[in-house]
Amino acid sequence: MTRLDGGLIDRSKTLDFSFDGKPFRGHPGDTLASALLASDVRLVGRSFKYHRPRGVYSAGSEEPNALVELGAGARKQPNSRATTVELFAGLEAASQNRWPSLRFDAMAVNDLLAPFLTAGFYYKTFMWPAAFWEKLYEPAIRRAAGLGRLSMLPDPDRYEKGYLHCDLLVVGGGPSGLSAALAAARTGAKVILADEDFRLGGRLLAETACLRDVGTLDWISNLENEFESLPNLRVMRRTTVFGVFDHGIYGAVERVSDHMPAREGPVRQALWQISAKQAILAAGATERPIAFADNDRPGIMLGGAVRAYANRWAACPGKRIAVFTNNDDGHRTALDLIAKGVDIAAVVDVRPEAAALGDYRLVAGGVVSGTRGRMGLSAIEVVSGSRKERIECDVLAVSGGWNPNVHLASNHRGRPAWDEAVQAFLPPLDGPAGLTAAGAASGRFSTSDALLSGARTALGALDSLGIRAAMPDLPDAEGRRSVPAPFFHVPGKRRAWVDFQNDVTVKDIKLAHSENMRSVEHLKRYTTLGMATDQGRTANVTGLAIMAELGGQSIPETGTTIFRPPYTPVNLSVLGGGDTGEHFRPRRLTPTHRWAREQGAVFIEAGQWMRAQYFPQPGESHWRETVDREARAVRRSVGICDVTTLGKIDVQGSDAGEYLNRIYANMIQTLKPGRVRYGLMLREDGFAFDDGTCARLSDDHFIVTTTTANAGTVYRHMEFARQCLWPELDVQLISTTDAWAQITIAGPNSRELLTRLVDGFDLSNEAFPFMACSELSVCGGLRARLFRISFSGELAYELAVPARYGRALMARLMEAGQDLGVTPYGTEALGVLRIEKGHAAGAEFNGQTSPAMLGMDKLVSVKKDSIGALMSRRAGLADERRRLVGLQPVDPAASVIPGAHLFGAGREQTLATDEGWITSACYSPHVGSMIGLGFLENGDARLGEAVVAANPLEGQTVSLKVVPIHFVDPEGGRLRG
Amino acid sequence: MLIPHPLLGPRDAREFTVMGDAGMIDRPDPAAPDAADRFYEYVYLRDNPAGVHRELWFHEYGDRSWLVVTRNTLTHEIVAVELASDVSAKREKSR
Repeated sequence: MTRLDGGLIDRSKTLDFSFDGKPFRGHPGDTLASALLASDVRLVGRSFKYHRPRGVYSAGSEEPNALVELGAGARKQPNSRATTVELFAGLEAASQNRWPSLRFDAMAVNDLLAPFLTAGFYYKTFMWPAAFWEKLYEPAIRRAAGLGRLSMLPDPDRYEKGYLHCDLLVVGGGPSGLSAALAAARTGAKVILADEDFRLGGRLLAETACLRDVGTLDWISNLENEFESLPNLRVMRRTTVFGVFDHGIYGAVERVSDHMPAREGPVRQALWQISAKQAILAAGATERPIAFADNDRPGIMLGGAVRAYANRWAACPGKRIAVFTNNDDGHRTALDLIAKGVDIAAVVDVRPEAAALGDYRLVAGGVVSGTRGRMGLSAIEVVSGSRKERIECDVLAVSGGWNPNVHLASNHRGRPAWDEAVQAFLPPLDGPAGLTAAGAASGRFSTSDALLSGARTALGALDSLGIRAAMPDLPDAEGRRSVPAPFFHVPGKRRAWVDFQNDVTVKDIKLAHSENMRSVEHLKRYTTLGMATDQGRTANVTGLAIMAELGGQSIPETGTTIFRPPYTPVNLSVLGGGDTGEHFRPRRLTPTHRWAREQGAVFIEAGQWMRAQYFPQPGESHWRETVDREARAVRRSVGICDVTTLGKIDVQGSDAGEYLNRIYANMIQTLKPGRVRYGLMLREDGFAFDDGTCARLSDDHFIVTTTTANAGTVYRHMEFARQCLWPELDVQLISTTDAWAQITIAGPNSRELLTRLVDGFDLSNEAFPFMACSELSVCGGLRARLFRISFSGELAYELAVPARYGRALMARLMEAGQDLGVTPYGTEALGVLRIEKGHAAGAEFNGQTSPAMLGMDKLVSVKKDSIGALMSRRAGLADERRRLVGLQPVDPAASVIPGAHLFGAGREQTLATDEGWITSACYSPHVGSMIGLGFLENGDARLGEAVVAANPLEGQTVSLKVVPIHFVDPEGGRLRG
Repeated sequence: MLIPHPLLGPRDAREFTVMGDAGMIDRPDPAAPDAADRFYEYVYLRDNPAGVHRELWFHEYGDRSWLVVTRNTLTHEIVAVELASDVSAKREKSR
C-alpha cells in the first residue's frame, strides 16, 4: 500500500473490491483508479492497436488508458474509465483488450508489427483480393482491435428521463462554477449547478494552497451548507452536461446509483433535458501532455493527475517521481509531493531560464528523450544541451499546459480560437446563444481569476434576464498565471504517442501529412486521432500543434476539428430512458380489450393499438381453424367485432358539406342527412390516400371514418386543409376515435340480434336501408349511433356507444345472441371477409396506387374540385393500365403469396415483363381455397385468363386464374337484404 | 428546439410534426388555364434553402394548430411564428 497522509478519503471504512479477480481494498472517497494506484497496481490495460501495456494516465473523465469492464453478467459495462468510477464495496472490475491475461497478452505481437500498422494501414495493406475485405480482413481487424466487450444480454436496469427549467445553468463545480452558483442563487433566481464529479470543488480538491485566509475544504463545506438552504438552487453531483442543443436546451446524464453496491437507487441513470435561459460553462481545463519517445508506459502520467492522486486521494503512484514540464505547473507537482514526503528524482523543464522553486534537482532546458521499463516505467533518458543522462524513477509527471474544456461552447459549429497569450484554444465568440465560459474554461487558470470570473459571469448572465445580483465575498486566492512554453513534442526517431487510446504517434501524423492529409478533418479520419471513447481530450491540441509545425503553419491557421456532443460517452440505455419493450411507445387498448383477453383472444399490434386477432376455442389446434370458424359464422349467422380503432372525425359547421366535398374525391355535398356514403380521399398528387365512410347526421354534422393506420395522418391532412387552404369555411374538426366504442354486427342474423338491443327503433329494410345512419338509444336508454355499412359483404351494422360502455355492449350482444350462435371475430377473419368481398384496404392503399388502379376513377367527381382530383387526371396516371383483380389458384391446394409478382403464362419473368403483384391473400373458407387480390396490367379485360405468380424469394411459381374481385355475392343482394 | 407558439408560448419541437415549405398554403386555382403546370410546381417543386425558410409545423401533440415558422435552417434560429390560418386568411384578402 502506498497511501500518503491526508486526502479526502474516509479511512474509518474499508471497501473491498476486485480487479481481474484479485481482491483489493479502498476507502469511501476513492475512485477505482486511486484505489488501484494506492494498491501499487500500475498496469491496468492494453492499448487499442498495439496492445501496449498501459497505466492510469489522468485523474478525470479525459482518461485514455484506464478503461475497464465493470460489473458482471448483464450489468457488465465495458470501457468504463477507472478514473471516474466511484469505489463501492463489492465492485468488480476487469481489464480489457488482452488475451489471455493483462501481463501476457498474445496480441502484443502487434507492437512488433507496428511498421505495418501505421496510419491508414487498412486502406493500403488489405487491398487484394477485393472480396477478402468483407469476409476476412475486416472481421479479423475488428476482432484484434477494439476495447471492451458488450454483455450481449438485455439491460436489467431502470432508467428515467426528466425535464428541468432554470434561469441559469452552471456547468462545472470547480472554483468558477461555485462562485457563479453562489452569486446567482443568492438572488433567488432558479439555478442548477451540475458537476460530473461526486464531490464539489473541482481542482480545489486536487491542489494545495489555492485559498489563503481560509481552508479550502472549510470554504467548500460552508458553501455547500448555504447551497443546501437555498430552495431555488439545485445541485446535481455525478451529473455530466454532455451537449448543448437548440434554444438553450442542455442534455445531462445523472448517474443516480452507479456508485451503489446493489444499485439500490430508484433508477441507474437519469437523462435530463435542461432548458436554461442562460448558462455558464465552468467546465475547467484538461492538462495536455508533451509527446516524447515511449511516453506511454505505465507510470507516465499527467502532472496534475499525480498531484490530484497525492492531495485528494492520498495515493502516490510511485516511490521516486520525476517531472517533465514546459511551465510552472510541473514545479508545483514537485513541491506538493515533497511536502508529502515523496522522493523527487528531478524536474526536467524545457525552458532554459527555469528556476527551481524548492529543494529538488532541476534540469533546465532539458527534455525527456526516452523511457525504460516493459510493464511500467523504471527510468527516463534526459537530454540537456549535449548532456545525456539516465534518471531512475517509477513515475514521470508530464505537464504541457492546460486546454480549456471548450467542448460545449463549440457544439454549434463555432470553432475555438487559439490565444497566443495563454497558449490555448479559448471558447469561440460565436458559441451557442446564452452560454458564456468562465474560469479555466475561458483561459483564466488561477484560482483567483476563476473565482472572480465565475461570479462576474453570473452577474452578467442574470443582468441579461433583468435580475440584479451582487458580487459575493470571495476568499483571497492564489493568482499564479503560468503560461506554458510552446513545446509540444520532443523530436526523435522512436515512436512518441499523441493519442494513447487510438495508438496514434507523432510518426503517424507525419505520415498522414506526407500523404497529403493536410486538413485537420482528414488528419483525424486518416490517423483516428481524437476518436474513440475519450475523443482525444488529451491528444487533440498536441496533434494539431504537431501538424501545424509540419506544415510550417501556425496553430490558428491549422484550425481544429468540431466538437460534437456528447462531451463524455453516454450509455444508449439512458438515452432510451426506459422507453424499451412495452414502453417503447404508448399502447392503445380498445374498450373491449379486457373482455377479449378474458375470452382468450390472441392480440396483434395495429399501429399503437392492440387488437384481437382471433378468438381460439377449446379444441382448435391451429389459428386457421379458428379464423375459418369465425369467418363462416359471419357468413352463416352473425359475428361481432370491435372496430373502435378505425379513425372517427367529427365534422361540424355550416360549411361542413362544402368542406368535405373538397376533401373527398367523390361527391359528398348531395348526401342526405341520415345517410352514409363511401368516401375516397386522394393526396394532392392524385394518388389514393385513404378511404372510409362519411355519415351525415344532420345538415351541418358529419362523421368521417378513416382506416386504423391513417387515423392520425388523415386528421392532420384535414386540419391542414381547414386551417391552411380554406380558413374561410365555417367548419370545425375533432377526433372522436377514443370517445366512441364501435362494434360491427355482421351476418344474416345481425338485424335479428340488433332488434333485441335497440329501444323501439325500426330496423326494417324500408325504415333503415343499406347506407342509413341514425342516432338512437339502446339497451334501455344508452345513447348510440347506428350505421348500416358493411365491410364483409353481409347484412351488417356498426353500432357506436360512448367508449366506457364498449365492454358492456359486447357482453350484452354475446348474451342476447347466444341462441343465434353469435361469434366474436378478430382482425384475421375481418381480413378474410373483406378480401372475399373484394374491398381494398391498407395493402391496396399503399400510397402508390391511383384511383383507376383501384377501379375508382369514376368516383373522382369532375363536377367539383377536390384535393388530388386535377393531378389524378394528368398523363401518367390517366394512362395507368393496372387494375385490381381477384386471383384464384388453378390448383385449389396451391398457395397465393402476397408480394408475389404476376407474369403472363409462359412468358419470361423479368422486370420488363412484370405485369403486377399480389397485394392481399388469405384462405377463403367460402371459396375453399386460397384467394388473393392484386394489381394486374389490363386486369379488367383479362378475367378468366391464367397468369403466373412468381415468388423468387422462395423459388415458387403458382398458376392463378384472374377473377372478379367479389368472391362473395357479386350482386350485393346480401348487404341490401 | 423550442417553438414559440403564438397562443401557447414556447413549446418543445417534439410536440410538432413538420411538413416543410410553407408554400403548401398557396394551393393553385384549379380553374386557371395553366392549372396543370401550376399544380405540378405546387406538388413537386419545393424550396429547400440553407438559411431562412418558411415552414409549416403542426402542433400534433398540442392544440392542433398549423403554424408558419420562419426558421434559419443553418442556425435553427426562429425568426417568426404565425398561425397558418392567419397567414392564409391574409393572403385570401390580398387576392
